[in-house]
Amino acid sequence: MVELNFARVRPEAVMDLTRVPELREWGTENGRLRVGAGITYTRVIRELGDRLPGLAMASRTVGSPQIRNRGTVGGNLGTASPAGDALPPLYVSDAEVELASVEGTRRVPVAEFVKAPKRTATNPEELISAFLVPEAGGPQQYAKIGPRNAMVIAVCSLGLAVHPERKEVCACIGSAGPTPIRACEAEDFIRGVIEEEGLWESRGELAEAALGRFGELVSEAARPISDVRGTAAYRTHAVGVLARRTLGWAWNEYRGGI
Amino acid sequence: MRLNLTVNGEQRETDGVWEGESLLYVLRERLGLPGSKNACEQGECGSCSVYLDGILVCSCLVLAGQAEGSEVVTVEAVSGDSGLHPVQEAFVEAGAVQCGFCTPGFVVATHDLLRRNPEPSEAEVREALAGNLCRCTGYEKILDAVRRAAARGEDAPR
Ligand SMILES: Cc1cc2nc3c(=O)[nH]c(=O)nc-3n(C[C@H](O)[C@H](O)[C@H](O)COP(=O)(O)OP(=O)(O)OC[C@H]3O[C@@H](n4cnc5c(N)ncnc54)[C@H](O)[C@@H]3O)c2cc1C
Ligand code: FES
Ligand code: FES
Repeated sequence: MVELNFARVRPEAVMDLTRVPELREWGTENGRLRVGAGITYTRVIRELGDRLPGLAMASRTVGSPQIRNRGTVGGNLGTASPAGDALPPLYVSDAEVELASVEGTRRVPVAEFVKAPKRTATNPEELISAFLVPEAGGPQQYAKIGPRNAMVIAVCSLGLAVHPERKEVCACIGSAGPTPIRACEAEDFIRGVIEEEGLWESRGELAEAALGRFGELVSEAARPISDVRGTAAYRTHAVGVLARRTLGWAWNEYRGGI
Repeated sequence: MRLNLTVNGEQRETDGVWEGESLLYVLRERLGLPGSKNACEQGECGSCSVYLDGILVCSCLVLAGQAEGSEVVTVEAVSGDSGLHPVQEAFVEAGAVQCGFCTPGFVVATHDLLRRNPEPSEAEVREALAGNLCRCTGYEKILDAVRRAAARGEDAPR
């Protein structure tokens, strides 16, 4: 719409998807949530805050009430911006994106769906119809850096999910690479530490050194550029700090029981 | 194209709407409702805030055709027959208006906040108004106005 207002685009046709009620629905399917692409951030916060706490946290950071009332998770997927706030939470929960056309529907892991900045796996005849994601089995976090508390595109961000049911911790970097990036080495490292020390069972403390190393490994996974919002060096450093902090918060929540 | 919609309770029809037009443009230029302001046309400033089917939106980000058949309430309808709405009175009393360009947007956004949350905390007020920019007042008087309006506790009529 902004592009239209500024006469940057003059599309031959536009489609109003807000009139398709199916795209606004959500429910469960084989133990996972299937959420219509047309769900707004306001509704994610209100209706799915307990089931998808990470996505709800990310949704709270989007724009303003006016923007959250109107902007959708499907639109965030379609935009495929590395700074899209809905993306890291979907990555850390291994969400799938459902694409529909007259030919039928297919489901693509979100990390394969997002190809490059503003490029997705959607074919011209396809629409994003929904995303599929398991309900949170443990604590989730989302942290975002920007010059204000609202109305900012992320300088960088981090989504994190503790998955006690599969004994994993997943972390995804936002806005510090061409696409969101899962920090696999950091994930492997922390899984090893937790397992070795039996922390899933004991719910014991995570050592400061382990949190620090986790942050370092997340920093190493970042592939940022320097732009008007921040330098590559700042982003690399900052995602490490976010990783250390969000893991600390999420692990404390796990220790306190769910 | 022809557009049919309800604006401030009145059924309106307008012809010759260009498909790429925003709801804001239609309200201001075709329906004679200049209360909603056009300042940024990119969702950043909130001056164009209206209710679309009861939901607070930036009308500059709504394609006119998307509003077909829907119900729009603009700042013009916030005040009733009995004069200013308590939110508007509070803005006047607090001196929260300087050039006034941002005021309609703030009034509608404040109206929305108080109907959702009649007793908002300071943080909730700031959060709710984060999408509205003012270049004149420095916001203190606006926050003051919101506090006054909330303290009055009058249930905002729609
Ligand atoms: C003032 C402002 C502030 C913003 N702040 C943030 C922010 O803080 N964080 C953030 O992440 N984003 C932000 N955005 C960007 C935008 O609001 C979000 O990306 C939002 O999720 C877009 O959703 P939409 O429904 O409006 O999508 P649209 O703008 O309608 O569409 C976006 C793109 O996705 C495509 N698309 C949409 N739906 C589908 C579908 N079902 N199938 C296939 N393609 C589809 C469209 O063709 C288009 O290319 C902001 C935008 C504005 C104007
Ligand atoms: S004119 Fe719509 S938000 Fe600024
Ligand atoms: S009073 Fe001038 S912009 Fe707010």
